[in-house]
Amino acid sequence: MNAPAELVRQHLIDPEICIRCNTCEETCPVDAITHDARNYVVKFEVCEGCRACVAPCPTGAIDSWRKVAKARPFSLAEQFGWDALPPETEPEAGGEAWIPDEVARITAIATAGQGGIAAPPWSAAHPYIGLYTLARPAIATCTGNYRLTADDASSAIHHIVLDFGKTAFPVLEGQSLGVVPPGVDASGKPHHVRLYSIASPRNGERPGYNNVALTVKRVTADRDGRPVRGVASNFLCDLKKGDTVQVVGPYGASFLMPNHPGSSIMMICTGTGSAPMRAMTERRRRRIGLREGGELTLFFGARAPGELPYFGPLMKLPKDFIDINLAFSRVPGEPKRYVQDLIRARHERVAAMLADENCYIYICGLKGMETGVDEAFADVCRRHGLDWAQLLPQLKAQARYHVETY
Amino acid sequence: MSINYSERIPNNVDLASNKTLQRALEHWQPRYLDWWREMGPERSATLDVYLRTAVSVDPQGWAHFDYVRMPDYRWGIFLTPPEPDRKVNFGVHKGEPAWQEVPGEYRSTLRRIIVTQGDTEPASVEQQRHLGLTCPSLYDLRNLFQVNVEEGRHLWAMVYLLHGYFGRDGREEAEALLERRSGDADNPRILTAFNEKTPDWLSFFMFTFITDRDGKFQLAALAESGFDPLARTCRFMLTEEAHHLFVGESGVARIIQRTCDVMSQHKTDDPAKLRGLGVIDLPTLQRYLNFHFSVTSDLYGSEVSSNAATFYSNGLKGRFEETKIGDDHRLEGAEYPVMEVVGDTIVTKHVPALTALNERLRDDWVRDVDAAIGRWNRIPEKAGIPFRFKLPHKGFHRRIGVFAESHISPDGRVLSEAEWTHRHREWLPTVEDHAFVQSLMGRVTEPGKFANWIAPPARGINNQPVSFEYVRFN
Repeated sequence: MNAPAELVRQHLIDPEICIRCNTCEETCPVDAITHDARNYVVKFEVCEGCRACVAPCPTGAIDSWRKVAKARPFSLAEQFGWDALPPETEPEAGGEAWIPDEVARITAIATAGQGGIAAPPWSAAHPYIGLYTLARPAIATCTGNYRLTADDASSAIHHIVLDFGKTAFPVLEGQSLGVVPPGVDASGKPHHVRLYSIASPRNGERPGYNNVALTVKRVTADRDGRPVRGVASNFLCDLKKGDTVQVVGPYGASFLMPNHPGSSIMMICTGTGSAPMRAMTERRRRRIGLREGGELTLFFGARAPGELPYFGPLMKLPKDFIDINLAFSRVPGEPKRYVQDLIRARHERVAAMLADENCYIYICGLKGMETGVDEAFADVCRRHGLDWAQLLPQLKAQARYHVETY
Repeated sequence: MSINYSERIPNNVDLASNKTLQRALEHWQPRYLDWWREMGPERSATLDVYLRTAVSVDPQGWAHFDYVRMPDYRWGIFLTPPEPDRKVNFGVHKGEPAWQEVPGEYRSTLRRIIVTQGDTEPASVEQQRHLGLTCPSLYDLRNLFQVNVEEGRHLWAMVYLLHGYFGRDGREEAEALLERRSGDADNPRILTAFNEKTPDWLSFFMFTFITDRDGKFQLAALAESGFDPLARTCRFMLTEEAHHLFVGESGVARIIQRTCDVMSQHKTDDPAKLRGLGVIDLPTLQRYLNFHFSVTSDLYGSEVSSNAATFYSNGLKGRFEETKIGDDHRLEGAEYPVMEVVGDTIVTKHVPALTALNERLRDDWVRDVDAAIGRWNRIPEKAGIPFRFKLPHKGFHRRIGVFAESHISPDGRVLSEAEWTHRHREWLPTVEDHAFVQSLMGRVTEPGKFANWIAPPARGINNQPVSFEYVRFN
């Protein structure tokens, strides 16, 4: 993503796998693909990287990319002569070049807690990434917007439903999308894109509909408490039914849920960090009938019940489906409780889940929670004869520990 | 264009606005599901299979992957979006607007074409229904099921045309499609190749490689049809057919790969030794290729055919890539070479191109098969093994057309009855070959594991790892 400017990704077709079915050439909207009697090839200067050819390819041969110097891509003559793709000169990180620098910057900050972008669980579904760009955003229509937090709560968190109509916008739980607020900033430039975690499962906020839900907190103050009006969050929270929104993405290839039967999920979140957790929980809830096994445990922190998004629906979930632990820090007359306190209180369950190879851990919320959670895990480990300093790298290596904080 | 999933039958043809058709199809649907339960893949109803389902016909939408139980697969009706102002592109009606309804004078011919195409779809599902019990891996099991559900969807596509455009006759034909059975002596499928057994995975891969490729060329010819709903239906089916060809071509390629690996490892090309090591020797693969190639070749019909001429002149069935060919698209005065057996030699004569359209489509198909065999040959070449696969002569082992009465060797010599009887076992799979291949067919269902006689694929499906759990048992 922040590769030297002269390096670009060139789209190629793997001649060892291609069966010459012509589907890609038929599909390409800009006629960038051609063939001779031997190979199918991609015209570097014509291909826009729209990936319209990728899903229809029956073999996967089409999904081949090489980093090349922009001034010297592989020519058509070279590609026609290949029996196999040339070796990669450096390891590729799937799909990153499709991510705008700004999104990459935000992602780097958000994933710092796990040491940068990590691999997804082995049984995660394959995500689509960057289908829509700033130059070619998708247009979504608002079909629902209501406030989740109590009227007297200190923050206004909204549940917003965006419908993509006939535009394909495939998402997975844990992915984000970018919203481009309309208009320009004080210096006359278009507004920066803002990222929001998707709060609905892959088959839609309403099953079978082409829509997604977002959990958006109206920003009225900056981190130091000075009044400031968040451009994107206010735009979203003020949306009325029928209003349109420019959307880019989807993004995120790491914070994805496991799909294999028997896999368990531990979710730790605060505030709007609950969005991906809601998506994963809802995905599992819709599949209860399949009896795939695996457990869900949720640690969820907020100031008070009225400030906890989705408090009502959460309380209605069956107890044997999800183990819910709520921590409130500002309930009058009660001691302050944070998620880390509950992790310590539930040490037996937490230790068992940390030791379970099929359990995946997700942390999402304000940056401040990371240290507390880390210390709580260390305490739990000490109590159960485990070494957190040793365990954490293992969890990361097995793609079982995912952090997204802001 | 998105597909209406709120209805019982997903479709992008606005089925809701045509209540008569919708009800006819809703009546047919449970009968189809009964057929699937009776004749679809054996013992598969409770498996969760990682399948591709079309959720819309645009590039992003038609390849949507998720776990599905096959009886719950969303079989639906999808047509490629209409091309504005499309014309009839060949034959005597060339230049007229493409027909949106069936022209009365071609009604029974078109119905016959659609029924013949439609009959092959459930037939292949029936032929393959036992294979799941001997799959060489979860990856291959998933590919088999993907092929099966899509053949089922292709049946839906043809039934939609019968119900939508052929009234009561069409509805009766749609019923009959569910009543015929592959290999049934009393009520067989229409075409001979679709009554053959698919007894093992090598036959399955050869079938999808060669016979589904006939499907590709037949569909491509029908995708040129002046009857626009047929053209658009076949156009979309072609995108799915590509996966079937891939399953076959890569399946055989992986068998070749595995055999070549073992040959290099043990420094032997002795078929008996290789069979002892549990892999399929290359000459046996060549015999299977000869068989499937010759049987499928018959599907194109007689070299010289007045039916084919009529289909073309009337604008019903075009040539492969008709609109990319630079001629008059009427074939007035044009000629085409076809072979003929005269005494004990094979000669080539020129006949009116209009009557040789079966032969022309067969030639297009042969070129396509031959190119794929060239890709197979890169595998032994890379391993330094001198063996090369070769297509037999077009006249070899034929039951239909000018060669039906003669015996032709793979290298194109006319043989006496005695020589054929003496030597045909060198060229076609023998009872022993079948028994050997059959003996290898065990069942492998551990993710990432493959039977000994086949190499793993280069890539997983939808970029998933090869060891992905493509099928979940419940």
